[in-house]
Amino acid sequence: MNILIKQGRVLNPATNLDQVMDLYIADGVVQKMGENLDASALSDSKELTVIDAAGKVVSPGLVDMHCHLRDPGFEYKEDIESGTRSAAMGGFTSVACMPNTNPVIDNAPLVEYILNRAAQVGSVNVYPIGAVSRGLKGELLADIGEMKFAGVVAISDDGRPVENPSLMRRALEYASMFDTTVISHCEELSLLDEGVINEGYTSTHLGLKGISNAVEDVMIARDIILAETVGAPLHIAHVSTRGGVELVRQAKRRGVRVTCETCPHYFSLDDSAVEGFNTNAKMNPPLRTKADVAAVIEGLKDGTIDAIATDHAPHHVDEKNVEFAQALNGIVGFETALGLGIAYLVKPGHLTLMELLRKMTVNPAGILSLGKGMLAEHKPADIVIFDPEEAYTVDVASFVSRSKNSPYDGYTLYGKPLYTIVGGRLVVDHGVLV
Amino acid sequence: MQFGHKDLLGLKELTADEIRYILHSAETMKYILMQNAKKTPHLQGKSIVTLFYENSTRTRMSFELASKYMSASAANITASGSSVQKGESLLDTVRTLDRMGTDVIIMRHPMSGAPHLAAKHAKSAIVNAGDGMNEHPTQALLDLFTIQEKKGRIEGLKVAICGDIKHSRVARSNIYGLTKLGAEVAVGGPSTLMPAEIEQLGCKAYNSVQEALIDADVVMGLRMQLERQKKGLIPSAREYARFFGIDERRMKYAKPDAILLHPGPVNRGMELTTGVMEHDGCFIDEQVTNGVAVRMAVLNILTRKGGQVEYSH
Repeated sequence: MNILIKQGRVLNPATNLDQVMDLYIADGVVQKMGENLDASALSDSKELTVIDAAGKVVSPGLVDMHCHLRDPGFEYKEDIESGTRSAAMGGFTSVACMPNTNPVIDNAPLVEYILNRAAQVGSVNVYPIGAVSRGLKGELLADIGEMKFAGVVAISDDGRPVENPSLMRRALEYASMFDTTVISHCEELSLLDEGVINEGYTSTHLGLKGISNAVEDVMIARDIILAETVGAPLHIAHVSTRGGVELVRQAKRRGVRVTCETCPHYFSLDDSAVEGFNTNAKMNPPLRTKADVAAVIEGLKDGTIDAIATDHAPHHVDEKNVEFAQALNGIVGFETALGLGIAYLVKPGHLTLMELLRKMTVNPAGILSLGKGMLAEHKPADIVIFDPEEAYTVDVASFVSRSKNSPYDGYTLYGKPLYTIVGGRLVVDHGVLV
Repeated sequence: MQFGHKDLLGLKELTADEIRYILHSAETMKYILMQNAKKTPHLQGKSIVTLFYENSTRTRMSFELASKYMSASAANITASGSSVQKGESLLDTVRTLDRMGTDVIIMRHPMSGAPHLAAKHAKSAIVNAGDGMNEHPTQALLDLFTIQEKKGRIEGLKVAICGDIKHSRVARSNIYGLTKLGAEVAVGGPSTLMPAEIEQLGCKAYNSVQEALIDADVVMGLRMQLERQKKGLIPSAREYARFFGIDERRMKYAKPDAILLHPGPVNRGMELTTGVMEHDGCFIDEQVTNGVAVRMAVLNILTRKGGQVEYSH
């Protein structure tokens, strides 16, 4: 299939390009970018699909460096097929999935399973992340080198911290030999005290046990010190606290090889969303205070926070419709991420659309060395087209994801992806999966 | 007066008028309780179940007697002797009871918000008999009733609540109820047992029990769970009693005619000394009687059609 995208406002953060132009796609790659491309001169094929993108934004397909596809083992929540379809609906063309599946992705054959399965049923590019420790147990290192050769793009025990500082140090040292970044889920469990939401007014008001910012900050500080000690790259997952943002900011100033991400819920919601014991606002780290939300936004503005990741964490309704303390952590994120970014970062003037897209394309792709997240001639055509001015109402029932655990039902967001193109193939057409 | 709720989940959810309405209704119930023949037909034909996921003797017995004095059919379920142990979910248990025709399910649960979840999915009225650290509304109502009875008013009084505020659903319900009815509330206890941002609930917080007690009209002790020591929140029972227990010396900071309350059961010598419990102003025993009256009132109000009744007195 050949595609000609006409008259779109092309935003390419990798080159700071912001220009109305046409893109011609054939054989899976962007063949030509330029003004007023002539369809008949470019393509003799009758199969040319022309997309009128006038008034719309044409961006590199979004890159999510942190999601949970739940496959293998938890297919009742999501699998590679449903998860990548959900990703495509959200405008993502590449996603990196965490290894806390069952079995845990801690060896090369399991990495190959993910890649093979994604090749068979995936709607977007899937990049597996391997475990740091065997079985996520925090005791022995997983087969990091072999997994790297099989195709992992990073390692992480996400969902759990690497509790033992010595093991974390070894992981950083060992992984850096293979040019592999360690992604750290920062949580000091001994400080957790059975907490289930942020410690503050809401936890007191609801009588729920609180999680102090220190639970996250202490571990971020530890891991920065370890990365600095061994000179290895470290990426901090889902930063939610003002202290965490400041720790990363200072570390970057010192030249530590540290990067970090936040998620849309940490810049769009605070812990008051939990009122009424709303289990769809329960995640880990928890929603924090307004002051933390402001600090996260500041971190996004000044570049401390490199990337926006979804932490797409599907759960079955039966796992959320329980006593609050029993409810599993996490929310689905693919299908609201771009809309939340536009509504909560671009519309209020915190980031330009270019800056938002940078944190959702080339930056996360760069941290994982994917060679993705940019538009260039002769490069794979991974593209999303949306209208950032077009408002829409979130309806969780219509989510393509197998799970519907989202706190954003009924929210007005902007820029629902209209077209998602993955490797030159139209996956979402007029806002509908092909 | 309309009581516009299907359930009683907490005092957080009630207006001052709704709280006053329950207290007023409890006066009638107390009168009935004082009779030789304690039997009324108010709840005839109504089915009331206590569903307790946590141990309790006095609260469950108090609800059960309240139901029986008013001629309801009462049954009780405890977590250990039920399908709960077979792994049935809370919602499935509640739905099952609902289908058996219960009118009221009285629920105690170790997790905050459990009754709220049940209430969303049940036709029966849900009465929260204590959920985690969140609320214990009938306890606070009986405390309010006792204060009203002994002091003649609630508005303008100063009430000191002392002890483990952090883990206390009794403290939270009382803070909501007392502040809504115009009392001034001071809470006192060690910093490790004080929840974050507690003053945003409308009270003053002190790490000194003496300070909290200054000029109090009402002093309320809370039960100190011994497991708090194991978790390192306090060093020892002895040290707790020395710095935070309510004894005769500390009671002198309160007004001379101050009354003393406690939800029970009391750890004598820890949060209260035997000396202060023998004081004339101590009404811990009377609280127990008032608990039955208040629960009769709550059950009566919630079993009226639609939970709406005329305010008549």
